Amino acid sequence: MFDFLIDPVQLANVLGTALRLSIPLIFAAMGGLLCERSGVFNIALEGQILFGAFGAAVGAFYFGSAYGGLVIAIAFGAASGLLLAVLGITLRVNQIVVGIAIILFATGFTSFMSRLLFPGGGNSLKLDGFSNIDIPLLSDIPILGPVLFSQNGLVYVAIFSVFAVHFVLFRTRVGMSIRAVGESPAAADAAGIHVFALRYACVIIGSSLAALGGAYLVLTQVLLFSDNISAGKGFIALAAIVLGRWQPSIAFMACLLFGLFDAVQLRMQFDQPDIPYQVFAALPYLVAILALVGLMGQANPPSSVGRPYDREMR
Amino acid sequence: MTAAPARLTLEGIVKRFGTFRANDNVSLKIAKGSIHAILGENGAGKSTLMNVIYGLYEQDGGRILSNGKEVRITDPREAMALGIGMVHQHFKQVNTMSVVENVVLGLPGRQILNLDEDRRRIKELADELGSEIDPDQPMWTLPIGTQQRVEILKMLYRDADLLILDEPTSVLTPTEIKAFFVLLEKLRESGRTILLITHKLDEVMDLADRVTVMRLGRVEAELEIANTTPRELARVMVGRDVVFDIQHAPPKVGDPVLELDEITAVDDRGIGALHGLSLTVRGGEILGIVGIDGNGQGELAEAIAGLRSISQGRIAICGQDASGFDPSERKSVLKMGYVPEDRQKVGLDLDSDIAFNMVLRSFRAPPFSKYGWIDFKKIRAHAVDLAERYDIRMQSVSQRVRDLSGGNQQKIILAREIEDNPKLLVVAQPTKGLDVGAIEFVQRTLLAQRDQGTGVLYISSELEELLLVADRLAVIFKGRIIGDMPASEATSEKLGLLMTGRELA
Ligand SMILES: Nc1ncnc2c1ncn2[C@@H]1O[C@H](COP(=O)(O)OP(=O)(O)OP(=O)(O)O)[C@@H](O)[C@H]1O
Ligand SMILES: [Mg+2]
Repeated sequence: MFDFLIDPVQLANVLGTALRLSIPLIFAAMGGLLCERSGVFNIALEGQILFGAFGAAVGAFYFGSAYGGLVIAIAFGAASGLLLAVLGITLRVNQIVVGIAIILFATGFTSFMSRLLFPGGGNSLKLDGFSNIDIPLLSDIPILGPVLFSQNGLVYVAIFSVFAVHFVLFRTRVGMSIRAVGESPAAADAAGIHVFALRYACVIIGSSLAALGGAYLVLTQVLLFSDNISAGKGFIALAAIVLGRWQPSIAFMACLLFGLFDAVQLRMQFDQPDIPYQVFAALPYLVAILALVGLMGQANPPSSVGRPYDREMR
Repeated sequence: MTAAPARLTLEGIVKRFGTFRANDNVSLKIAKGSIHAILGENGAGKSTLMNVIYGLYEQDGGRILSNGKEVRITDPREAMALGIGMVHQHFKQVNTMSVVENVVLGLPGRQILNLDEDRRRIKELADELGSEIDPDQPMWTLPIGTQQRVEILKMLYRDADLLILDEPTSVLTPTEIKAFFVLLEKLRESGRTILLITHKLDEVMDLADRVTVMRLGRVEAELEIANTTPRELARVMVGRDVVFDIQHAPPKVGDPVLELDEITAVDDRGIGALHGLSLTVRGGEILGIVGIDGNGQGELAEAIAGLRSISQGRIAICGQDASGFDPSERKSVLKMGYVPEDRQKVGLDLDSDIAFNMVLRSFRAPPFSKYGWIDFKKIRAHAVDLAERYDIRMQSVSQRVRDLSGGNQQKIILAREIEDNPKLLVVAQPTKGLDVGAIEFVQRTLLAQRDQGTGVLYISSELEELLLVADRLAVIFKGRIIGDMPASEATSEKLGLLMTGRELA
């Protein structure tokens, strides 16, 4: 069953798949992490991946270019972030409820609109996508070379986003303010920080990041749009944030882990055709649950996450 | 003195919460370079007014003048720009962050963080203030007195010259208060103006140049300290004469209601806090526990209440071994009432309404619930009755407890615990943050309980207070009782010696 672990070629293959599968998770996890660090729950990641995927398809279809897809995907992500911010920050609606509403809306809206906009439905699209970039020399390293250094641009962007989020949060003045706002908005406010502005910025940027996860799926993997293409990735990303204890680097590793299990289960589906594939498909989720149960006790979210701030409330 | 120009002038400030006027036409003039005290009952609107000055609350009416120029302060940033700094009653700090991060938070500067320079300057400033602060310590690990120093440092770091201090001494021990006063004098000498809120009349008399007394959201009087007395201040503040020494009949002592036999316990960090502590409280008497803060008082109260496990020894309540009873059974079965020190965390559910907090422990049983159904009408009626008898200042019993002032929160716990007719009442720092009128009320209530035969264990760091109400005094030092005497024989000198660990010859 685990023969592929010994054969270097097959192993490289699985590792490559693992990385590819973890990229949407990484985008969504970094986006969600930024939101939560600023004190806003963004459980809408799943919906935002979907929006991003749909936006990418629309953009690539109408502009005939992958870059057009990228722009529209980001616009959709930012818009869904703005919606979350207005409802969950300014109007102080329960952020969990808003998140669920956005997911439901995204599901319905994208299925409906794809039938309306794309002749023959999203499934019959043949979009322009991003192709792989070989980094000279490095991509020739046996086994690891193709896995790490022969990927499309969005993969590098995803990995860069991990460094960027980490750097901003822990090495810059704005980042310090973001963390303060997530821990204690009242203290941040009294210190002269614009609590609302920072939360808005984090939510909009974070949501756009999550949307990039969807754009990646459409513009590099399938080159078409299908209903519910996000397939639970947003929820796995939420688990990765918790597992990562709200640290970008650890959350990144959690994403890789989930990606790896997904790749392994795909491989096992392929190798064991007589076992119902659902058994394997459940594997990453099972791992997520077990990992959360096992490590939950030590996780400390930012203390004010999910609590809208009101200056005049005691 | 009167010739000094006004640093800050308030004219007719109004602040409403809903229809309630927390500040009603408040006018105030604070002379540059002076210490100006604000005195007032719990809920008089002092903190509200300070929050208006600091830009956290937006005023509904009135004008603010800073150095004679009219200003609109709608944001703390604007307050800071005007040189106004504030230390809040409940500190506004990020506990998970370090001292230096807390200090520089919100300040402009280069985006890429390099706090070395700030660290150095913070150390320097701390030296000047005469305190030792490690800039890299996380805030939550610091003792509360040091946290306060950091809050003050934060203001000075922003070059504030008008310092607002909201009840700074209520979190300090008597020794810390002395050092704090020295610091305030120093700040005044350096030309800064200080707005000081406190409930302690002697602090006002010792320190302030002028005092404004507030009541029910209005300014009741503005007085020159040189021309007033504590008694006058107290009268203006509560609107009647406050009796400073309470007369009480000799106790009619009954059977023991609390016996501690050599109990041992550790504190939250796992370090020994109680080392074989023994004491007895009898029905009908008040036993005062005196001692410098941090000698095991908190742990003692928690051990009796069942909130902290003891590793050795025995606790008996009303003659029964308490070891098999959890906190709620100690209250319901063993008839113990408990007024915890940290009312916000332990004693109250801040986000629930007053009525519910009044029945927090009894709502499951008749008369408040029958056949599993809660009788909300009864609960409300009960709360209205208690609020009246305990003089709780509120708008309605369905108000959230969070919105009440500190003194009124304390009264809710007291009312609830006493209404259960306890045989033993354990109260820890029951007058912390209360105004003189409320303190008098609490003390009267405790004495009335004692006269009904309840045994009271009264833990406090306010020596004067204990000398006034206790029948017997026991001194706690390093987790042990090292002296025990009738109140009639106790003097501040004798107790003072014992409190520092010196045994009496
Ligand atoms: N955010 C708020 N919402 C509603 N009511 C409030 C709010 N803040 C204060 N109040 C009410 O305004 C009144 C004044 O409160 P404030 O905190 O200013 O009193 P205080 O004089 O500081 O009392 P204390 O000495 O107990 O600190 C109280 O009755 C309180 O219940
Ligand atoms: Mg106050």
